[in-house]
Amino acid sequence: MISNLLAKSYARTVVAALVALVFAIVVTSIVLSVSGFNPPSTFQAMFSFGKQPDSVVNTVNRAAAYYLSALAVAIGFRMNLFNIGVDGQYRLAAMVAAAAGGAWALPAGLHQLVIILVAAVVGGAWAALAAILKVTRGVSEVISTIMLNFIGTGVIAFLLSPDRLAVKVAGSNNIGTKPIASSGRVPGISYPGSDLKIYGLVLLAVLAGLGFWFMVNRTRFGFDLRATGLSQSAAVASGVDTKRMVIIAMALSGAVAGLVGMPQLLGGSYSYSLDFPTGIGFTGIGIALLGRNNPVGIAFASLLWAFLDQSSQILEFNDIPKEIVAITQAAVLLSVVVVYEIVNRVGRRMDQRRVAAQLGEVAA
Amino acid sequence: MSTTEPAVELHGITKRFPGVVANHDIDITVAAGTVHAIVGENGAGKSTLMKILYGMQRPDEGTIEVNGAVADLHSPSDAIARGIGMVHQHFMLADNLTVLENVVLGAEKLHGIGAGARRRIQEISDQYGLGVEPGRLVEELGVGARQRVEILKVLYRGAKILILDEPTAVLVPQEVDELFANLEELKREGLTVIFISHKLDEVLKVADAITVIRRGTTVASADPREVSARQLAELMVGSELPVPELRESTVTDVPVLTVEDVTVRDATGRAVVDGVSLTIHEGEILGIAGVEGNGQAELVEAIMGMLPVESGVLRLRGQDLVGRSTRHRREMGIGFIPEDRHRHGLLLESSLWENRVLGHQTRPPNVKGILIDRAGARRDTERIVEDYDVRTPGIDVAAASLSGGNQQKLIIGREMSGEPKLLIASHPTRGVDVGAQSAIWDHLRRARGEGLAVLLISADLDELIGMSDTLRVILRGRLVGEADPATITPDALGSLMTGAGEGSAA
Ligand SMILES: Nc1ncnc2c1ncn2[C@@H]1O[C@H](COP(=O)(O)OP(=O)(O)OP(=O)(O)O)[C@@H](O)[C@H]1O
Ligand SMILES: [Mg+2]
Repeated sequence: MISNLLAKSYARTVVAALVALVFAIVVTSIVLSVSGFNPPSTFQAMFSFGKQPDSVVNTVNRAAAYYLSALAVAIGFRMNLFNIGVDGQYRLAAMVAAAAGGAWALPAGLHQLVIILVAAVVGGAWAALAAILKVTRGVSEVISTIMLNFIGTGVIAFLLSPDRLAVKVAGSNNIGTKPIASSGRVPGISYPGSDLKIYGLVLLAVLAGLGFWFMVNRTRFGFDLRATGLSQSAAVASGVDTKRMVIIAMALSGAVAGLVGMPQLLGGSYSYSLDFPTGIGFTGIGIALLGRNNPVGIAFASLLWAFLDQSSQILEFNDIPKEIVAITQAAVLLSVVVVYEIVNRVGRRMDQRRVAAQLGEVAA
Repeated sequence: MSTTEPAVELHGITKRFPGVVANHDIDITVAAGTVHAIVGENGAGKSTLMKILYGMQRPDEGTIEVNGAVADLHSPSDAIARGIGMVHQHFMLADNLTVLENVVLGAEKLHGIGAGARRRIQEISDQYGLGVEPGRLVEELGVGARQRVEILKVLYRGAKILILDEPTAVLVPQEVDELFANLEELKREGLTVIFISHKLDEVLKVADAITVIRRGTTVASADPREVSARQLAELMVGSELPVPELRESTVTDVPVLTVEDVTVRDATGRAVVDGVSLTIHEGEILGIAGVEGNGQAELVEAIMGMLPVESGVLRLRGQDLVGRSTRHRREMGIGFIPEDRHRHGLLLESSLWENRVLGHQTRPPNVKGILIDRAGARRDTERIVEDYDVRTPGIDVAAASLSGGNQQKLIIGREMSGEPKLLIASHPTRGVDVGAQSAIWDHLRRARGEGLAVLLISADLDELIGMSDTLRVILRGRLVGEADPATITPDALGSLMTGAGEGSAA
């Protein structure tokens, strides 16, 4: 039974993730107990809060952004490129797209499309800078994308001023880009029992996931991408132009990163202001790792992450620091790598035992 | 060969992998202070057995005794602690590190990582005439030199029992002789050597004892003084020794590859290929003889577009190649059998059918438009597995799980598909057993008959002489001579290669 289960590699991934999750819950429980809280009732509280309709909507919305971010990271990972710059890419992309969307009046349909395209282009271009530095100057993309994050923050701060792209947000000290007119907004999806809406562009994340899977597994480009990641020397000998691949893959990664802010921008905030969410790019790295760069794996990982984030908000009402959830998340991440390796080995050993058994039967 | 206590005794070793039994009830006794050869066809289970003895893989059943004591080996470090060292069939060196760094990696405790280590390496290198330069980057070394680094690495760790998995596959005869002299030296000092080879003549020359493995189990022990190569081959595969030989000439006067005055420089500005000119015609096999590291690899990479040429002309059937990408050149009809199959020929973690696509990812039957045609690629992989006798449980297994010779057969099948006009074959039969060797030669001959032009590079001089229509000798990046394959002997060719009789012979 178990040996059959572990025969498939995706099953191994799932088992590993579940074991890692259990491990993380145990670690979290220990931390909670040591700090004088009752683990079962804490989890109970998180769970019942997390399944309320409002929480579900928030979880899904948050997960969509995480998903796109992790997907962007995964494109790079598939060819051993570390795009640590998703954070800067999506923020810059969202800001420029928001400004463009606020400034231009276009018919509905086209308006949304243009905003999304601008975001993808800006994100892709920003990431491509790192790729160009890598292929022409040999600069590690790890370093350059981190630097570009800082530069991106600076550029946003510079542009987001009332003298340039920003306006004052009515009734607050906040400033942001001019709100996008209703022709450029994407209607939300209602969820029973909640007044909140699921962002319409959650579907964009789903499409991006399907596109990623298709590209990696079914297209020539995807083959080249994987080949380069698996063995650069063999890829070169097979005729892959690895420099070109670095630039395309990085630009693609950045373009997907550019989409991270779109569900919220076109579905909820309509303007890029100082309180637009930050840090999603870094979360995406962990989620890509947990989901093993696989679009389905990443989907589950994003939902888990978003659920933990959302349900942790109840903790403060019970005087429990909500950072406790960060411990859970960190424990999942650290353990999943180790657990995966163990599960994989056990799986292989079972494989061999099964072969032995079959051969034995034949011989007998 | 005073046989005292056995150095190694293996009893009832069995090892299974998904879909195959690699070893089955193997018994071998290796006397101390001897050279013990293990022979068997591709996939017979030789490498697996050696990995078990080296602690890299755990046997499912059976016992290992080293110097009379039962050894439970969980990892190579357990094996090293018992004085066992192994040089693998495929190199395990880190390219971007120096020789010194590679050697001390993981053995820092022995002589540190600085001057002490360097001195010790130099000592060992001098003692056995390995000619290893500690400061060189491994990336810059040819296969022959890499091999010597691997051997040195093992000696550095104080091995008393050396396992060499196909150590001679990459060496030219002179180097083989040197290696064998080294082995004699090692033997005199009481070391034990277990070595695997498909070159049966060599086996007969150096081995004190021979064990034959067939389909995972020991089928015979042979005394090298009493058997012939032919008998050995029959024990291994039940077939006769193949002879590489071209029946009648199929050479035409239609040039396929034209190389004119091509020069390639390395990073330091040294001309590694120096003004090379040659022409290969339809139906012609042009062999290049040379000691490893004399520019063969660079010439090949320049033709493939993996290295830039500094000056000169490269043309395929009249069309300029310089400035075109590797992919474009492949699409124009160049097949490529690389000298290092793990580095340039395979995606080890990918399935066989994905490896079929590699290098041909823009051409049918692997693609339809911009999409990978899985069904087409799989079907064609089945064909290759069938035609080239690749021994595998299926086309979905990872390339890494094939034996070395079977990996090679897969690559040859792949590169011969799609009707190439030119085949660049670097050591095409390296690591394949005698049976598969003759099959590969047959495939080459047939394709040559149909007009294929072949650039053949090989360390196996019998193959080079037997298969080539034209023979050129390369030395320090220059073509220094020409030989007539119909009349030249391996010995004479060998001395041309070392520059002994500079100029033209025959
Ligand atoms: N890691 C692995 N996973 C699955 N199967 C394996 C693995 N390693 C070896 N095998 C299989 O075990 C058998 C023996 O392989 P092995 O490498 O020992 O052969 P070999 O005698 O060294 O052949 P060659 O002369 O071609 O190198 C082959 O059928 C091979 O496919
Ligand atoms: Mg082998």
